[in-house]
Amino acid sequence: MALLRYESQVRPPLVEGDKDYHQVTEDICRPVEAKPSRLWWIGFLISAVLLAFGILSVTMEVMYGTGQWNLNRTIGWGWDITNFVWWVGIGHAGTLISAILLLFRQGWRTGVNRAAEAMTIFAVMCAGQFPIWHMGRVWNAFFVLPYPNTRGPLWVNFNSPLLWDVFAISTYFTVSLLFWYSGLLPDLATLRDRAKEKWAKAFYGVAAFGWTGSTKHWQRHEALSLVLAGLSTPLVLSVHTIVSFDFATSVVPGWHTTIFPPYFVAGAIFSGFAMVQTLLVVTRKVLGLEEYITIEHVDVMNKVIVLTGSIVGIAYLTELFMAWYSHVPYEWFAFKENRVNLASPYGWSYWIMMGCNVLSPQIFWFRKMRRNLVVTFFMSILVNIGMWFERFVIIVTSIYRDYLPSAWSTYYKPSIWEVGFYIGTFGLFFTCYFLFSKFFPVIAIAEIKHILKRSGHKYKDGMTEIEHESVEVFADHHGHDHGA
Amino acid sequence: MAVKKFITGNFEEEAVLFPAVKKARRSGYKIHDVFTPFPIHGLDHAMGLRDTSLHTAGFIYGITGTSTALGFITWALTIDWQLNFGGKPFFSLPAWIPIMFELTVLFAAVGMVLTFCYLCQLAPFVKKDHFNPRSTDDTFVMVLECTDKTNEAETLAFLQGLGAKDVQVQHKETGWWLGRYDKDTMRFQKKAEVAAH
Repeated sequence: MALLRYESQVRPPLVEGDKDYHQVTEDICRPVEAKPSRLWWIGFLISAVLLAFGILSVTMEVMYGTGQWNLNRTIGWGWDITNFVWWVGIGHAGTLISAILLLFRQGWRTGVNRAAEAMTIFAVMCAGQFPIWHMGRVWNAFFVLPYPNTRGPLWVNFNSPLLWDVFAISTYFTVSLLFWYSGLLPDLATLRDRAKEKWAKAFYGVAAFGWTGSTKHWQRHEALSLVLAGLSTPLVLSVHTIVSFDFATSVVPGWHTTIFPPYFVAGAIFSGFAMVQTLLVVTRKVLGLEEYITIEHVDVMNKVIVLTGSIVGIAYLTELFMAWYSHVPYEWFAFKENRVNLASPYGWSYWIMMGCNVLSPQIFWFRKMRRNLVVTFFMSILVNIGMWFERFVIIVTSIYRDYLPSAWSTYYKPSIWEVGFYIGTFGLFFTCYFLFSKFFPVIAIAEIKHILKRSGHKYKDGMTEIEHESVEVFADHHGHDHGA
Repeated sequence: MAVKKFITGNFEEEAVLFPAVKKARRSGYKIHDVFTPFPIHGLDHAMGLRDTSLHTAGFIYGITGTSTALGFITWALTIDWQLNFGGKPFFSLPAWIPIMFELTVLFAAVGMVLTFCYLCQLAPFVKKDHFNPRSTDDTFVMVLECTDKTNEAETLAFLQGLGAKDVQVQHKETGWWLGRYDKDTMRFQKKAEVAAH
């Protein structure tokens, strides 16, 4: 058995450069073992300041109520729930990359899955803040849990999408965390066994849980990863489906549509991949990991962005068509007057959404653009702005003028504390991401080694001669042998 | 658990490791374990390990979650406190599917990870003896256990013949103990100290 697995020359290498197993360890551990750079400190401190401002904003809201956010009886959901859906959407890419692409045997996921999963966890942490603090009397937040209480016991409403959300988001967070950490164990063991300083030995020793790399443990680890991937795949789809139910099961014009679940899921993948691009384009440069997160990775993720962006575009047009075709006057009003009409109070937000989400990603039909880092970075920001406005459009333009004109409200403008809370979650997100990129390997070391001899640049070159062998000889020598 | 005597050999190529594992097994040596920096497909079969039953455990945890959700919601909404939601039946199964699904996934995932940690003895502050720190970097370490019948010199030569490097005899504790990796305390050493006092 010369090779454990053969991969065609047609596929570009996923690991550039002349690497062996040890070099992979060295490259990925280097940023962790080196002292943090000045750039890291600046980024970390800015994030911490933003986080502090967020804490102040939340304190104001807790002291004086959700009125601090300029919410009123008509617009009960403003920036807060927009931000919630936005962050949850971003939190979809990590598990999609690690779970769905694992099941689809997409080798390129190995370069980006660790960072994307971490991003998922941090994004869901940020998302969770919004519904919790939006409760107003946050000290009663535990009322959402079905626990035997002294009020009857009065159970929570299991028929309500808002409760489904509680279960969906908390399950999603737990499962993502377990998936991420179980994948981290072998890499933390690598750091532990390389550690020279006392604190590093202690820290990674505790964090690696005593991982040894025993074959039996690897066998179980593989089984665990595969089943967790199988479980996470429908989970990812269910989470944003349930988030969309928060809207779709209501009777508000603009929300009450059956297209919401697939449309939300596509949007979530769209914005999630955009955020992965934003982070990785910077991370690969700053940490010097260009040989592991290659242009090839950026290219495929941009393909996903143009695909999901177009799905989202079709969904926008479909719901617009259905609003007209349904002959429901309220539905048509919500679309025609509240959204498409540029002169209406929030009409501009609909067109920002259209421009950023549907038109601008079409640039990625061009290979040259997909492989241009500056364009990719700029586009990833644009997509995230667009996806924020999508949620804003759905929430605010639907409720500010729905049925009774006497209940309309066009006076909604976010307050400083509402914006501050949003900025604060950026602080939380980036504080976590900076800590992660300093103390944990941002690329799955073991997984890169696993694909190295198949997809590494150095090894792929050696495969050319094999391709000239007859099919029988090839199958005999190089087929994927399960050690028979 | 106890300290045992082992003979270890390091390999750098999968292509050398696989035949070596098969040959060692065929020659009747007791392979304690092979430590690798990443999962090597087929190595478990080559070593004669049986398949893991972790999937089955996951399935059982999953259906436990489904039935917990279904059972609890049914009891709460049809028996314990009936609430009329828009005239719909008390037993409104379709509306419970999301929570039943989420609990299935939650139970299966948490249960499997805990089972995995239990089976592999993984937890914070667990410390184990390692044969070669490079087995988490770039080296595959084959460990043969010495029994009463083992001829040490012969085994060392055998491993060398298979292509192993740095073949050596090591005395290692096979179990785990609570400890930290920045300190050299070992449970069995502690026991010896306690006995001495």
